[in-house]
Amino acid sequence: MKIFTEFGRYLLMLKGMFSKPENMKMYWKEFMHQCSEIGIGSLGIVVIISVFMGAVSALQTAYQLVSPFIPKSTIAQIVRDTVILEFAPTLVCIVLAGVVGSKIASELGNMRVSEQIDALEIMGINTKTYLILPKIAASMLTIPMLVIIAGVLGMWGGRFAGVMSGILSKQTFDKGLLQFFKPYNVFFALVKAYTFAFIISSIPAYYGYYVKGGALEIGRSSTKSVVVSCVAILFADYILAQLLLAS
Amino acid sequence: MIEFKDIHKSFGDKKVLNGVSAVFQAGQCNLIIGTSGSGKTVLMKCLVGLFEPDSGEISYSGVNFSEMTQEHRKELRQQIGMLFQGSALFDSMTVEQNIMFPLNMFTKDSYEQKLKRVNEVLDRVNMKDVNKKFPAELSGGMKKRVGIARAIVLNPKYLFCDEPNSGLDPQTSMLIDKLIQEITKEFNITTIVNTHDMNSVMETGDHIIYMYQGVKEWEGSNKEIIFSKNDRLNKFIFASEFLQDAKDMRMLEMKGKIDNHRNMDELLK
Repeated sequence: MKIFTEFGRYLLMLKGMFSKPENMKMYWKEFMHQCSEIGIGSLGIVVIISVFMGAVSALQTAYQLVSPFIPKSTIAQIVRDTVILEFAPTLVCIVLAGVVGSKIASELGNMRVSEQIDALEIMGINTKTYLILPKIAASMLTIPMLVIIAGVLGMWGGRFAGVMSGILSKQTFDKGLLQFFKPYNVFFALVKAYTFAFIISSIPAYYGYYVKGGALEIGRSSTKSVVVSCVAILFADYILAQLLLAS
Repeated sequence: MIEFKDIHKSFGDKKVLNGVSAVFQAGQCNLIIGTSGSGKTVLMKCLVGLFEPDSGEISYSGVNFSEMTQEHRKELRQQIGMLFQGSALFDSMTVEQNIMFPLNMFTKDSYEQKLKRVNEVLDRVNMKDVNKKFPAELSGGMKKRVGIARAIVLNPKYLFCDEPNSGLDPQTSMLIDKLIQEITKEFNITTIVNTHDMNSVMETGDHIIYMYQGVKEWEGSNKEIIFSKNDRLNKFIFASEFLQDAKDMRMLEMKGKIDNHRNMDELLK
């Protein structure tokens, strides 16, 4: 039963976010601050993960394609599709669930425990609108951008590793990248990116906003929010694949 | 003026407030005292609207708080300042940004006007050269004073202070008490202070309510509290033998049986 209570409270929190801002300028400032924290703050880790993810997938695909009848350009196709369909949106978002999610949960948790949220409420500010909405909106804006960057860098990493290890030439890789390209896959990746961005920001916001206790509980809620977000991402990943790819 | 009638509040099966009523007048330091778990924090949170009472009426200057719309409550809250036990300053902001925050949110003043107001309230709480400091760089007493400055920056009609002396040394506690008392009189604010500190009670308690297990056990002023015949209240106030002895001495002095000053002078000889 507890899961239904929590889910109901999560939905009420989301509903509570939508109220008229007290001062649009302050909300805009907070939104831009969150864009910088979530987007720019996560860029470094996304770049590193994406390049290595693409490089490793190129090398491992080449390792498995032993038949001389399969053209080398197939490696680029496989790298492209795995990066676009799965690695860039899902893997990157799982990492972001840890990076961004724990930050959101611990920030809000600390604000709750130290009565900063109460202080805002007393001032007459809707704390759900002021604290949670900008985080979710910023995630919805920046995470799909990060996913696009991850996709591009992943393919570049694959190209770099393939060429540097002498598996295939630049020309062959580029040719493979363009072969049988389906723009729908990019659409699918973006749908996943938006869905995961919402999960990554709203679930930790819920756990942080409603934390009770002290430092220990903040840590616990932060960990729990990451675990729940990761499970929700995997679940949503399966549902979206079933809905949008299985025909 | 804040008036509340027959406030009840429970958490699950546990009744925390059981029919509490009182009237808090403007220009007075109204104190809520009681042992831990007596319901004073819950009462204060009900008054400011952080908790919704199960039943009862709360009215601010005659307007029923329970029947206000969310918008009306928002407007009222801009007239409320609150000093939290842990000060509740925003960690990521400097002192200046902390105090300027309500002004940024609710006024259309220019930056210069807001800065002027920030410096005015900082000056009022005797703080100088701290504008660019972060809360982590301040002592407990300084944080409380910044908390008071933030609470009064919008010229509130109501000031709530939740255990303003907790974690402070006696000297700083007295400074904070004095400051709260001065601000209350100066701006004719309805001040409600939740405290354990008996020194505060004796110094600032224009109007005191004593809570015991969710019920108002006693009501009066700091001048009357010493003569209270309520056993629970007496146990609470005179928890130590030293304080009991001090009370006995005071009573004898008042009855003219001893001259405390003369006796002390004799002892010192």
